[in-house]
Amino acid sequence: MEQMLVNGVVLAVNYALIALGITLIFSIMNILNFAHGQMFMIGGFVVYYLYGIYHLNYFLSLVAVVAVLGVIGYLFETCFFRRMRKVATREENSMLLAVGTALLLENLALSIFGEKQRGVPPVVTGVYRFGSAFLPANRLLVMLLALVLIIGLLLFVQYTRMGRAMRALAQDREVTHLMGVNVNRVAAFGFAIGAALAGLAGGLLITVFGVNSGVGNFYSIKAFIMIMIGGAGVVPGAILGAIVLGFAEAIGYELLPGSVTYLLILIGLIIFLLLRPQGLLGKPWG
Amino acid sequence: MSIFAFRRRKFLVWLGAVAALVAGSAYSQDVLKIGVLGVMSGPAASWGLVNKYCAQTSAQLYNEQGGFEIGGKKYKIEIVPIDDKNDPKLAVSGAERLTKQEGIHYIIGPNVDTTAASVQPVAEAGGAIYFPYAFQQALYTPPHGNAVLGMIASYQAGPIIYKYLMDKKGVKSVSFVARNESDPLNQRDQGVQAAKKLGLEIKSSNDTYEPGTTDFFPVMSRVVSNNGDLIVLSGVAPADAPLLIKSARELGYQGILATETAQDIKILNEVAGNAADGFICVGGASTPEIRSDYMEKFVDRYKKVAGEWNDEAGTKVYALEIILATLQKVGPDAINNVELFKKEIPDFSMKNPFLKEDKPLKYVGAAYFSQPRQIGVPMVVNQVKDGKFETLFIGSVE
Repeated sequence: MEQMLVNGVVLAVNYALIALGITLIFSIMNILNFAHGQMFMIGGFVVYYLYGIYHLNYFLSLVAVVAVLGVIGYLFETCFFRRMRKVATREENSMLLAVGTALLLENLALSIFGEKQRGVPPVVTGVYRFGSAFLPANRLLVMLLALVLIIGLLLFVQYTRMGRAMRALAQDREVTHLMGVNVNRVAAFGFAIGAALAGLAGGLLITVFGVNSGVGNFYSIKAFIMIMIGGAGVVPGAILGAIVLGFAEAIGYELLPGSVTYLLILIGLIIFLLLRPQGLLGKPWG
Repeated sequence: MSIFAFRRRKFLVWLGAVAALVAGSAYSQDVLKIGVLGVMSGPAASWGLVNKYCAQTSAQLYNEQGGFEIGGKKYKIEIVPIDDKNDPKLAVSGAERLTKQEGIHYIIGPNVDTTAASVQPVAEAGGAIYFPYAFQQALYTPPHGNAVLGMIASYQAGPIIYKYLMDKKGVKSVSFVARNESDPLNQRDQGVQAAKKLGLEIKSSNDTYEPGTTDFFPVMSRVVSNNGDLIVLSGVAPADAPLLIKSARELGYQGILATETAQDIKILNEVAGNAADGFICVGGASTPEIRSDYMEKFVDRYKKVAGEWNDEAGTKVYALEIILATLQKVGPDAINNVELFKKEIPDFSMKNPFLKEDKPLKYVGAAYFSQPRQIGVPMVVNQVKDGKFETLFIGSVE
């Protein structure tokens, strides 16, 4: 029971960090970033090379992740999605473009980084024991760092000028533009932050799970499930979705055979979406 | 410059080009194309890519010596790789392309039961022999005869490993954990049967994880709580093995962890670190103490082809080597006629070029498939010790 609770908390926090980036991009630009998992993967590889191979300080490696993924996100928005918004008449076009960018990143990664699973030494070692539950120190560190990042992002979105502009853009693009906000700049910045968050999640979790070139789709799918539960484009919804999925997995794996756990999660998701398609915190009108 | 001078120069250039073309075709070498069909992208990419890199490495080594000799003529070996993305539909279209468009009769792969089974009718209709790395017995059993298993199957390695652990380490009980996919689940079921036959107590066998899982703490919490002497990671992928091992050790598991599949020591070290110590898995000709000089040369070249060595390749070096050696023995007619190749299979034997020790390499598997339809890859059982593979014992399949 105690182990189940510990597993649930750890999964929920890790998942929340992954879901936040994709939610941010969706809320600002109405684009479901299918390449989110691939950006997570690149973040993992940046840490693998800087911290694992070249022995740079782990926290400096995370700073590098923010820079690299921020630039990638910025370039994706300015070079691909901005133009698509101008010329495309259908929403599916941006979705297809997003799928294309995911495939592009995955195949590039396979060519550059190879097919092997990669890993780095844990930043801290040791295992804590809470009653009958085990919690490795490195998982605890990752969880705490993820929590700090989540709180930092929420404060940024709530209280900074750019954060307010991003929220305004998420509510109404045209009105935001009429209010004198440089919409393109805010969109590019939002995409860069979303990509950097995905990369940071990868950079944190490589110390626990490792990374490989094909891992991206798995994380994208999990992120989609979380935002479907919480409500697409709603930041607190993403966190709620992460908590629900994290605990559903932890409880399911503890009490049921593994194959039944995900079967029940997916059946539950279908029933839930039939009853509340906008998710727990999403608005019925979108 | 007059127009005539210009035309004469142009004519001479054309004449030179035609002469070069004629000379080129007169000396052009015969090409023997070999297909590699397998998963080369996505999470399981390493399975198919290692097949491809092994074939390309062997081909390079032969081509540098002027080609591979069959019936007194040297053939340049050309590898034609196709990524089936672990999708049966793509495996079928890939096999059709290899057999119909490329005219290929010898294919290495595919990697899993579903893709290997889907390729069967195409290979049989197209007169091709294929070398899957899938364990489903029906593929190799009469009336089917065009598939040759490329490695040791889990149901062959499992009982031998369990028996060794019972005798040498006093193992009495076992838990199984498998990925929720057809191949690993089949391997788990076969492992459970073998363990029961040997008299091991089965502590648990229902625990599975979804493909793509990275956090194994929840699933391993349950497996570890059963407290078996041995945990078998059935059909585990190289990317998952170190994470499962690490989770088990972090949850305080003190027993033995083992699998019947091949793993890579660098991945185990990087991801699991010291937790991988004592882990038991299958290898091929991968540990340095058993490698021949030829294998050492192969490893060096493989590093250039793939960027780095992968211990999984130790079990996959054999396919192209045995295809070529069998063709050499039968003669050039077998290049386009696999029936001649099949006739040679029961009697074929050569010295295993990858092992230091003088051991034969032949087709085996009659005891399992009612006909020899398996490459007699030596069953090298390795254990991780101080970050390196150490050979525990070498077994064989007949």
